[in-house]
Amino acid sequence: MKETPVRIPHILSMADLSREDIEFIFQTTDRFREVGGRPIKKVPALRGKTVINLFFENSTRTRTSFEIAGKRLSADVINITKSSSSVSKGESLLDTVKNLEAMAPDVLVVRHPAAGAAQTITRMLKARVINAGDGAHEHPTQALLDLLTIRDHKKTLSGLHVGIVGDIAHSRVARSNILGLQRFGSKVTVIGPKSLIPLGIEAFGVGVSYDFKAVIGDLDIIMMLRIQGERHDRLPFPNLREYSRFFGLNLQLLQKAKSDVVIMHPGPVNRGVEIAPEVADAPYSLILNQVKNGVAVRMALLYLLSGTEE
Amino acid sequence: MNASNKNILLEAIELKALFDRLASEIKEREVLSGPFQLVGIHTRGIPIAQRLAKLMNRDPDQIGTLDINLYRDDLSQASEMPVVKETEIPFSIDGSRVLLVDDVLYTGRTIRAALDALTDLGRPKSIALLVLIDRGERELPIQSDFCGKKVSVQPQENVKVRLQETDGVDRIEVIDRQA
Repeated sequence: MKETPVRIPHILSMADLSREDIEFIFQTTDRFREVGGRPIKKVPALRGKTVINLFFENSTRTRTSFEIAGKRLSADVINITKSSSSVSKGESLLDTVKNLEAMAPDVLVVRHPAAGAAQTITRMLKARVINAGDGAHEHPTQALLDLLTIRDHKKTLSGLHVGIVGDIAHSRVARSNILGLQRFGSKVTVIGPKSLIPLGIEAFGVGVSYDFKAVIGDLDIIMMLRIQGERHDRLPFPNLREYSRFFGLNLQLLQKAKSDVVIMHPGPVNRGVEIAPEVADAPYSLILNQVKNGVAVRMALLYLLSGTEE
Repeated sequence: MNASNKNILLEAIELKALFDRLASEIKEREVLSGPFQLVGIHTRGIPIAQRLAKLMNRDPDQIGTLDINLYRDDLSQASEMPVVKETEIPFSIDGSRVLLVDDVLYTGRTIRAALDALTDLGRPKSIALLVLIDRGERELPIQSDFCGKKVSVQPQENVKVRLQETDGVDRIEVIDRQA
């Protein structure tokens, strides 16, 4: 048992977390998995603390996951979404956050379409802030649960080759995972059509491939991403069927992969586009393990952030 | 070792005698009221419970371990991030007679948290408490059922239980934090 008393004020970017920080978070997460397996899945650790989920973009998994995590810790969890708040009446982010601050929340979980939104908010209030996705920038809690899911199945996070396939240009999940995997010395190759791979991404130390078939046999983990239709004015390829033919994962293509390969997807899944239904539901698919780990990781983060005072 | 701020309360041989006595007290009580299931509180309650199990010819791997961090009443007062350790109970809490084991009984707050942690896992028939050292100065109405030794120390003094398993040596010391 490692006794690393790390101090992490906010969870904004995987770039802020050292390997030791991540290992400490996972060590704490293991304890919360035990709580999730109890008949009564609740502990009083955050009794009297308030967690606000402030979501300016749609979300099912992440918001629910944070809500369940907070409730299992006995925190009071409040959800604010764009459509149900005064944001739709023209209130600015600054005003929304200042008003929330006046209600003295302990942790603010923020999802926003603008990169850096969570970081900006930390300067406006005393509460701890968790970035639950800021534009195409980062989604650190997703990367943490992805790393944990990989560690569960490969027993290590080092020396692996991870392929991330799809809309890399718009993917905060890809960016956060690249930063996290590199911390542990794993290799990342991003795969997709040229129009979805940012120019110069090699500078971040990742491999690039425009040919999924050619590289699939070398991958230990395949992480499929959704085409983020809402962030494109028009599709950057002729049509979804053609995209699916070259970059979708189906049983036929999977035959070229290593026998112990595992498939991941941060969701939401577009079945039949980036992943065939029989692949998404197969035993080597870890999609639901990712969701399960998400609750435990977020419990650990809420607990660790609430456990110390500035 | 600085002799000026450290007093040895019990040496290894005295500690051994104390364990023997506690083990026989437990066995005596069990004759009257049925068997106990041992549950050690992190950190030193665990090796203490394991030693008692061995002295009573039971499997030391069958004791329960309890972490009370999620039940503390002073979470935000800690200056560093709390390290949560493993809670593992290899038997059903429901209906069992639990003997909680810890090293030092002081304010009673750890035991208060342990009672909550334990009852969240099930409904024991009863819970009893064993401590190696009772140093008094309780802040809650909690008493032990089995006690190795009662001592009277000053508020600025720390009673430190050192065990082979966790500290590499068997010894109980009183340390003056101001000296």
